[in-house]
Amino acid sequence: MAATQVIRSEWTKIRSVASTVWTLSLAVIVTIALGMLISALSKNEFDNMSARDQLSFDPTFISFAGMSLGQLAMIVFGVLVVSNEYSTGMIRTSLAAVPQRGTFLFSKIAVATGLALAVGMATSFVTFFLGQAMLGEHRAQLGDPGVLRAVIGGGLYMTLIAMFSMGVAAMLRSPMLSLGILMPFFFLVSNILGNVSATEKIGRYLPDQAGSKIMQVVTPVDDSTPYGPWGGLGIMALWVVAALAGGYVLLKRRDA
Amino acid sequence: MIELEGLTKRYGEKVAVNNLTFTVRPGIVTGFLGPNGAGKSTTMRMMLGLDRPTAGDVRIDGKHYDRLKDPLKYIGALLDAKAMHGGRSAYNHLLCLAQSNGIAKKRVHEVLDTVGLTAVARKKAKGFSLGMGQRLGIAGALLGDPRILMFDEPVNGLDPEGIHWIRNLMKSLAAQGRTVFVSSHLMSEMALTAEHLVVIGQGRLLADTTMADFIARNSRSYVRIRTPQRERLLDVLYGAGITVVQTGSGTLEVDGGKPEHIGELAAQHQIVLHELSPQQASLEEAFMRLTAESVEYHAHSDAPPEEQAWGNDWRRS
Repeated sequence: MAATQVIRSEWTKIRSVASTVWTLSLAVIVTIALGMLISALSKNEFDNMSARDQLSFDPTFISFAGMSLGQLAMIVFGVLVVSNEYSTGMIRTSLAAVPQRGTFLFSKIAVATGLALAVGMATSFVTFFLGQAMLGEHRAQLGDPGVLRAVIGGGLYMTLIAMFSMGVAAMLRSPMLSLGILMPFFFLVSNILGNVSATEKIGRYLPDQAGSKIMQVVTPVDDSTPYGPWGGLGIMALWVVAALAGGYVLLKRRDA
Repeated sequence: MIELEGLTKRYGEKVAVNNLTFTVRPGIVTGFLGPNGAGKSTTMRMMLGLDRPTAGDVRIDGKHYDRLKDPLKYIGALLDAKAMHGGRSAYNHLLCLAQSNGIAKKRVHEVLDTVGLTAVARKKAKGFSLGMGQRLGIAGALLGDPRILMFDEPVNGLDPEGIHWIRNLMKSLAAQGRTVFVSSHLMSEMALTAEHLVVIGQGRLLADTTMADFIARNSRSYVRIRTPQRERLLDVLYGAGITVVQTGSGTLEVDGGKPEHIGELAAQHQIVLHELSPQQASLEEAFMRLTAESVEYHAHSDAPPEEQAWGNDWRRS
């Protein structure tokens, strides 16, 4: 079984269902629109901020504010790509055609990841430029130290969050169960854990908290995070590897 | 050729498939028969490597399913008409299957034509009727032009035209020298299409035989006679050396008798006949008797089973 055949097949699958288009479009639109809005609001608020907040003002990070919502659409994309095989019954047809389950799963993930990377990267750059335009005189330049890393990191962050969702969906199989766990987790639970001082130390090792460090250019005053931007992204990548490995092991063992 | 050896599948305490050993031979239609819940679908899923056997082995042309290179070129299967993404068009559904096994694009158009779905090729599968879904599933099975075809209950829920189409398709596939393995819970359906028969009940093998042998052993042809001059006819037939069985409902039955011969005898003796008809015992009953002990979901009714004249008698013989 040539992997290129399976990759071509998975590309046909992903481009021939409507959910791919609407989840990714939603991720793009929400991330950009919300990023622009928050950037515009921040510009107006700047003069009212305390000196300390002005010192921590991170125009790059602010332009990515829309990602907190946009990532949810990316999660839906990742979950549906994998779990619609199960919810539709297609999985039996797919595995009869490609009985090498590792080849099947990783071809699917490779195709979906490639697409998420292309969309995520484009979104990140557009979000950055439009957000900076909104920020006016407080804007950052792409050439400023750390900014390019943050913008590329934004694209990687969106890709990794989609991959993590694919791994979770491969383990759980059900789209409802996967979304029911991932959406509230990334929208609420992770934020709460990361902001309550008692759980802060654990919270910052969660995939989204660690991964979003890559989009920060200005380190907040008295920030005690023990890892840097790439360290954070590495922690997120470890979560992704664990989720995908779990998905693979379960797929390999289970009856289809 | 598909070889099963001691194939067993357990779900916890429950044994779904119990030590099945048989061979599906090439070039003929083999019927895989059993009541609902007998383990037919589980067996077929194990053949395709979808479910892992608890014990035993299945080999396709001597290889395990997951060792086949481009398996759709060896074996095409229709397990479930709904095993597809409803949001995908028929064409794209087949295209992604073809690509995964390195099958040429033009083959997609060919099989769509074979099953008569060319006109709706660009339509989403969720708008398809059960019959159309079944045809699309069959198109997927035919895609790799495989030597072995496997259909799980293909006529379930189809209208008469669809049933007719599938029967003819299976026969023509076998006539091309392909191996056809088809499951059903209806003996009458199998009698029309299958040459060889594998019967299972509660996961165990009950029969592995040719259809002709099964019919010869389990069916009985006889002539049924009704007459107002019963005693006279009995005398005449007795005189001619013909054995007659009297049934409870007042009809007479002659095993293996020729209606022409009996009719002529009656005419010679001027006996009035109200009925003189050749009868064939139903294979369905033979099948039900074979699997009676192994039916998992008995329908319990308080009323005693209806007296069936010939059936009771046949059990005695």
